Amino acid sequence: MTPTPPAVHIENLTRHFPMGTSTVRAVDGISLSVAAGDFVALLGPSGSGKSSLLNLIAGLDRPTGGSVVVHGKDLAQLSRNDLAAYRLRTAGMVFQSFNLIPTMNLLENVELPMRFAEVDRSERQSLARQALERVGLGGRIDHRPTQLSGGEQQRVAIARALINKPKLLLADEPTGNLDSRTGAEILKIIGECRTSLGMTIIMVTHERALAEQHARRMIFLADGKLTDDKENTPVQ
Amino acid sequence: MKTPDLLELATRNLRESKLRNSLTTVGISVGVASLVSMLSLGIGLQRMISSRLERVGFNLLTVAPRSNRPPMGANDTLPSQSGEERPLDENARREIEKLPGVAEAYPDMRFNGQVAYNTVKFNHNVVAVPDSVRSSDDFNNVRGSFFSSPAAHEVLLEKSVAAELLGKQGPGKNRPLENAALNAEALAKDLVGHELDLSYIERKDAPDQKDGYSVVPGEVKLKIVGVADIDVQARYGDFRGGIFIPLPMAETLHVLQPGDLRPKAVPSYNFLIVRATTSGQVQKVEDAVKKMGFNVQSIQDVMRSLKQGFAIFDMLLGVFGSLALTVASIGIVNTLVMAILERRREIGIMKAIGASDADVKRVFFAEAGAMGVVGGAIGVALGWLIGRIINFGTNVYLERQGASHVEIWYVSWWLVAGAILFSLGVSLAAGWYPASRASRLDPVEALRYQ
Repeated sequence: MTPTPPAVHIENLTRHFPMGTSTVRAVDGISLSVAAGDFVALLGPSGSGKSSLLNLIAGLDRPTGGSVVVHGKDLAQLSRNDLAAYRLRTAGMVFQSFNLIPTMNLLENVELPMRFAEVDRSERQSLARQALERVGLGGRIDHRPTQLSGGEQQRVAIARALINKPKLLLADEPTGNLDSRTGAEILKIIGECRTSLGMTIIMVTHERALAEQHARRMIFLADGKLTDDKENTPVQ
Repeated sequence: MKTPDLLELATRNLRESKLRNSLTTVGISVGVASLVSMLSLGIGLQRMISSRLERVGFNLLTVAPRSNRPPMGANDTLPSQSGEERPLDENARREIEKLPGVAEAYPDMRFNGQVAYNTVKFNHNVVAVPDSVRSSDDFNNVRGSFFSSPAAHEVLLEKSVAAELLGKQGPGKNRPLENAALNAEALAKDLVGHELDLSYIERKDAPDQKDGYSVVPGEVKLKIVGVADIDVQARYGDFRGGIFIPLPMAETLHVLQPGDLRPKAVPSYNFLIVRATTSGQVQKVEDAVKKMGFNVQSIQDVMRSLKQGFAIFDMLLGVFGSLALTVASIGIVNTLVMAILERRREIGIMKAIGASDADVKRVFFAEAGAMGVVGGAIGVALGWLIGRIINFGTNVYLERQGASHVEIWYVSWWLVAGAILFSLGVSLAAGWYPASRASRLDPVEALRYQ
């Protein structure tokens, strides 16, 4: 496709979990490349290994074998500290259950990654405020997550994921807990981030219709193996 | 993470489970309070006893001849030749006075005399004091005045003696306990300017006989110049007295001294009192005088063994106090381990969005530390209060018994700072296990936890 190096390059990746006496092969020899700026949907039934694959790309988990290279860095070779820095600056994550910290208000939730990045308080707060305004929640910065609807919470989570300007946005079933209309809104926001910020998006979903609407590439998994990989023209 | 952020995050986390964290903090403060109250009482008692001893004269030494045994037939052999048993005579006194660090050396002259004033007559210990005591704590608040000159025929009275002279207080009564109630001012008003008669036993040289003397009754009229408000109970051993006369004048009276009964070549003293320039010089002077062949005793000798005793006493108190703090630190471990379970998902989230192991660890450490500092501060205040209450209770009891007020309790700044720092240290140590356990949590596992 493009001559630029891929944003994510996965080579013969495996992740096995011991389960009693047997072994669960959650990811079982997957190889693929994702171009920078692409919007990839990982599809498959539950247990197909798509979340495990995403966790490996996110640096939350370490592979049993193979390699994940993101923008030239082999995640398997990184120390625990470097992996934390990678999660902080290179990969932003959005989850199905939003994963906001309930005891913090929206502003504090969004600025939390910048605390770890040791950004000054005033800068941190103005950036977090801007990010919340971008997702349409600028007027509710001192609300707590529980006072928000699911869609609103997910928008806060997106604002948080993008606050350190990552190159990669990883979304694990971001619409799984939302109704279809809200889900579509969320995906629209994610799509806009890709075009405006030029980031690469990898989204796990089991809703094929949603993927066809927004993703530019669809990768199908089953039993930890890659079964299909095709281009898609999103409906805009 | 930056330190202010860390502290903010820690205090916000602590506020989230108020009850549990405040109970843990109360536990720490009780521990610190027990430590502080124990140590403050230990230190207070030590200070009280030390200050009582120091009031006597921390820079005074008592010098005595090495042997009080009469040197049988030793008249002709010069004792100074042996270097071991030289007499404590005027030469020795001058020599001692020339030693570096010595302000003065004077004979310790005390005798039993009979005082008569109007119709009152009784025997009492008379102490001859040098002019230098004028500026000491005991005599600088004399009601009336100090001796007009070292040779003046004048007398100063301790206030209970003064009361006895006026017939307000009889001998044999429980004098010290009532002493506090006596008003030196009023006593001085009645007595100063009047004369009393002092009778004593005089040693009169017999001019016709070598080394011979006769014993005759002596009497002298002394003008009362002042009443001293001295705490006789606080004075120690030889320094106690009730009737004070100027030393140079006393020497002219030729009062028979116990040592005079022994045959000797030259007149010598039973005891000399040596005043060092500062209390820091006492040891040096003591060593030098010992080298001259005399026995020396100073309050510092007493203080040294007392200090050792107190070090052990304080240590025991500290150990008991620390026990409560140890129990409290287990409370911290418990609270934080519970917090890990509760906040497992939160830890997972923090890690997913980029918190390092060290960040997570530091948050937990900061929480433990914050509980330690707050608990320590409250504990110091609580310990201070407990100490005050014990002090108050003790004084209520002592006053009922008729004794005077004492401070058996003392909180120094280093105790306050030390207790808070110790509490912080113990809390951080207690936070170590929970913090490192939290930092090692696997983010994927933690995020799965609901």
